[in-house]
Amino acid sequence: MAMSDRFLPLSHHPERATSETAPTKAVLIAVAGLFLGAILFFPLVTVFIEALRKGWGTLFGTFADPDTLAAIRLTLLVAAIAVPFNAAVGLAASWAIAKFEFRGKNLLLTLIDLPFSISPVISGLVYVLLFGAQGWLGPWLDQHNIHIIFAVPGIVLATVLVTFPFVARELIPLMQSQGTSEEEAALMLGASGWYTFLKVTLPNVKWALLYGVLLCNARAMGEFGAVSVVSGHIRGLTNTMPLHIEILYNDYNFVGAFAVASLLAGLALVTLLAKTFLEWRFAGELAATSRRH
Amino acid sequence: MSVPVRVRNLEKTFGRYPALKGVSLDVEAGELVALLGPSGSGKTTLLRAIAGLEQPDAGQVLFGDIDANTLSLRERRIGFVFQQYALFRHMRVIDNIAFGLRARPRSSRPSEAAIKSKVLELLHLVQLDGLEARYPAQLSGGQRQRVALARALAIEPRVLLLDEPFGALDARVRKDLRKWLRELHQRTGHTTLFVTHDQDEAFELADRIAILDQGRIEQVGTAAEILERPATPFIDSFIEGIARREAQARDRTKPHVVASR
Repeated sequence: MAMSDRFLPLSHHPERATSETAPTKAVLIAVAGLFLGAILFFPLVTVFIEALRKGWGTLFGTFADPDTLAAIRLTLLVAAIAVPFNAAVGLAASWAIAKFEFRGKNLLLTLIDLPFSISPVISGLVYVLLFGAQGWLGPWLDQHNIHIIFAVPGIVLATVLVTFPFVARELIPLMQSQGTSEEEAALMLGASGWYTFLKVTLPNVKWALLYGVLLCNARAMGEFGAVSVVSGHIRGLTNTMPLHIEILYNDYNFVGAFAVASLLAGLALVTLLAKTFLEWRFAGELAATSRRH
Repeated sequence: MSVPVRVRNLEKTFGRYPALKGVSLDVEAGELVALLGPSGSGKTTLLRAIAGLEQPDAGQVLFGDIDANTLSLRERRIGFVFQQYALFRHMRVIDNIAFGLRARPRSSRPSEAAIKSKVLELLHLVQLDGLEARYPAQLSGGQRQRVALARALAIEPRVLLLDEPFGALDARVRKDLRKWLRELHQRTGHTTLFVTHDQDEAFELADRIAILDQGRIEQVGTAAEILERPATPFIDSFIEGIARREAQARDRTKPHVVASR
């Protein structure tokens, strides 16, 4: 058991695991630090600096623009639909894959991974081919006055497709490692299937589910490629935040572009902070549920 | 309330691999019976089929006069102790033991106060007083095993089924628990079946032993019966070790080590 290693006295390990000299260590750490700084931290800071280049007034001015507000609203709306949907379907798919044996299980697993492996542009194009004016279902949809492409439903569909794997991918390995014996125990004790799911299966994966939802949410708000194909870029109507940033940038409205970008980056940072906080706050419980006792 | 268990011509195949090839077994009310056999002999499949966790391809399981197939898992009321205990890791000991009572439909669910006093009573029975607020990860293997047993007993089972109850424990704890389980069985009187691959365990603990090999029951009998008249060459070789130790014990005129009732 892992507990016993932790309490082994250090004197049992007279040799340290690493034997590099202090300068070597310093160089390696410095290289890693520089790399992270140059590739991750500096660009992120730049976003906020650029947004504030012409002062707070211009920054807030951007957010008073109705098109910007519409883009923010649309992004939040799309995430509010796509994330719960993918959480529910991802949970159901993981549950089926991890706890039951059925034909076509491997096919289902491959399908879940598909959105990760194909380009988001293709994910968008698929919907254009299906629902677009020249697409298979286009004429029928047009007759019935249903708008999917270049409208909000298309954006939601594209986002759902691209962000589908996040929850399932987080849950499947954990659920598989936990096995089915606790569920069997619950059933033997007289619990119904639903009661077992709510009281045994779900609590055992709640942290992984939360991670999956946070990651899914970050990606849903930030998705560009697939949404770009189906959106039609109609200002104030079908522009999400990432698309709106591109338009502002192409209009040479750099402050506006970076202002919206900083808000989007801020939302992503809040998501990461929330994840880190939860990890820190519930560290003990996480350790207890992620390992077999 | 203990009932006899009757197994009639049970058959079960996994894919192309036959796990049970027409198994029949009678267990009297209140009896303690061991299902003994090498791995792959079908003993665990038999236990799981009696529990209702595996659906047999053919055959029948009877609890008293009731055909188990007509009962849902809840109605079967079987106390099952899993090999790795399968305690609910996110629940405290008290909630683990109370699970079966809380899972009942509202109409037959006891009050929270009644559940609590029942749980504390069971904790006392399995000698774990004071540990109700612990999580499974904070217990030793032997303690977890007893929590699993208390949880199974909480639903007032018709039959108690234990899958390799001592498999995951070290040798010393195993010996203590064996004796303790024997005493507990004498006190509570549940019809009990347990699976083991350990000959000593089966011969020391059980009233009767059913020896399985390749999906068939080769012999059923008390320890003395099997030792004196092994029915097949397989059994002869399978219990060789025990027979030898028995003989040595007799030579040294030590007290009889085989429990028989």
